[in-house]
Amino acid sequence: MPNLRVINLVKILASENLMGRKIESLLIEFARIHRFFVRFLRELVTPPFEFKEIIRQCYEIGWKSFPLISLTGFIVGFVFTKQSRPSLEEFGATSWLPSLISIAIVRALAPLVTALIASGKVGSQIGAELSSMNVTEQIDAMEVSGTNPTKFLIVSRIIATTTMIPVLCFYVAGIGLLGGYLSIAAKDDMSLLSFFNQVFESIAVKDIFAMVLRAIVFGFTIGFASCYVGYYSSKGTEGVGKAANAAVVSSMFLVFIEELLIVQILSFF
Amino acid sequence: MEKTTQNINYEDVVIHVDKVSKSFGDLHVLRDVDLQLYNGENLVVLGRSGTGKSVLIKLISGLLKPDQGNINVLGEVVNILDERDLRGLRQRIGFSFQNSALYDSMTVRENLEFPLVRNKRNLTRTEIDKEVEEVLEGVGLSQAINQMPSELSGGQRKRIGIARTLILRPDIMLYDEPTAGLDPITCLDINSLINEVQERYRTSSIIITHDLACAKMVGDRMVMLLDGKFERQGTFEQIFDTEDERVQPFYDYNFIV
Ligand SMILES: Nc1ncnc2c1ncn2[C@@H]1O[C@H](COP(=O)(O)OP(=O)(O)O)[C@@H](O)[C@H]1O
Ligand SMILES: [Mg+2]
Repeated sequence: MPNLRVINLVKILASENLMGRKIESLLIEFARIHRFFVRFLRELVTPPFEFKEIIRQCYEIGWKSFPLISLTGFIVGFVFTKQSRPSLEEFGATSWLPSLISIAIVRALAPLVTALIASGKVGSQIGAELSSMNVTEQIDAMEVSGTNPTKFLIVSRIIATTTMIPVLCFYVAGIGLLGGYLSIAAKDDMSLLSFFNQVFESIAVKDIFAMVLRAIVFGFTIGFASCYVGYYSSKGTEGVGKAANAAVVSSMFLVFIEELLIVQILSFF
Repeated sequence: MEKTTQNINYEDVVIHVDKVSKSFGDLHVLRDVDLQLYNGENLVVLGRSGTGKSVLIKLISGLLKPDQGNINVLGEVVNILDERDLRGLRQRIGFSFQNSALYDSMTVRENLEFPLVRNKRNLTRTEIDKEVEEVLEGVGLSQAINQMPSELSGGQRKRIGIARTLILRPDIMLYDEPTAGLDPITCLDINSLINEVQERYRTSSIIITHDLACAKMVGDRMVMLLDGKFERQGTFEQIFDTEDERVQPFYDYNFIV
């Protein structure tokens, strides 16, 4: 384990001063995240695969988020369109509304809204669930009864978030556009068909691709961060609350950082 | 209520903890510990909270690795086994956790099935149901089969936890504070259950407790963990026949105060 050797070195350097201590605990944290990631990858590719549990998690994480995500997606589309109208009206360009909102939704709003809602709902759920299993020794119980907890609990959840958040994201884009259409149709006379014609004219395949990429990255991030935080929660009941909280905060924070990076990277193409 | 057990084979060591040390950072929990469990025996491990009793049985079941020494269980060295062999060995070790550790998203039935369907993948539905009903009846809780763990009392949860480990017919049982947090009558029930399991399933067991009534009722032999070592061992009387002020409070609290 090379990272353990590094930690020992830092430990010696750090034995006295406070700054060194901080760096030491940060490095230990990184080593732990690294180990968690390696363990995840190993269990991801080695059989047996927990198909049943993966399906169950997809249901828990994906299907059960539909009501909340429908409502949010619709409201975002509706409100965004309503608020954009006055600026376009100044130029007499309200006919551009469909292309404006489709670009805004596909390029930015759908993946972000999905990821933020999922961080709150799914992240807190995973964080609390795993940490309470940890606190009450359910994870140990699983291990002694011959089930690999990383495979059964972690891999299945991360696969579920990574696959379900893109699905939810497509759905949010659709329902957001519908919200946008209803907002337009309240004022102007426009058929759903001609609305969607305009939408598909203004978004390129590249945009769809970028949306899916974002959603996959966000989905993996939310699953991984929440599982990590829950799995390594401190013992004791207050650890459960802390883990749920930390899962949401770290998921959201990472999602924004990644959004920033992805925007920068995509601007090269 | 002295215990007399017929079937202990002192020739056959099923667990041998051999000069084991375990630390967490600067905290030396176990120092050079030696311990043997004989076939058919109920061994009680006494000790204050935080002395490393749970750590000891987690080492035995391979949940933790020792820093030094070896742990031999049923002829295999736990701390050097690979994952597959460890999995096989664990089917022969039952672990009853302190707070029962029932999976709270599953019903009692699903809890009991879990070890079975995960380890013996070719069982039919009827065979699984039969096994589940049988162990559940063994712990006297047939009626709870479709309940959720949150609907059960502490004593019932403990029974289900024990039933869940019995379903794989283990040779060894490890009980972590089986009577902690239970009322006296439920404690008596659980203690009888532990003795019943010893007899019916022919298990060898380690029972961790600081409840001396429990110790007296279930233990064939006792050891006491003091400052990271087993300093006293023997029968109940032998353990407490001492002036050691780390030992006497146990007795005083349980039987005099
Ligand atoms: N996984 C762990 N990491 C760090 N410290 C631990 C761990 N498990 C136990 N300890 C520490 O080891 C000591 C003994 O714990 P334990 O065996 O649970 O005590 P008890 O005898 O009450 O069962 C405690 O001080 C505990 O904090
Ligand atoms: Mg303990």
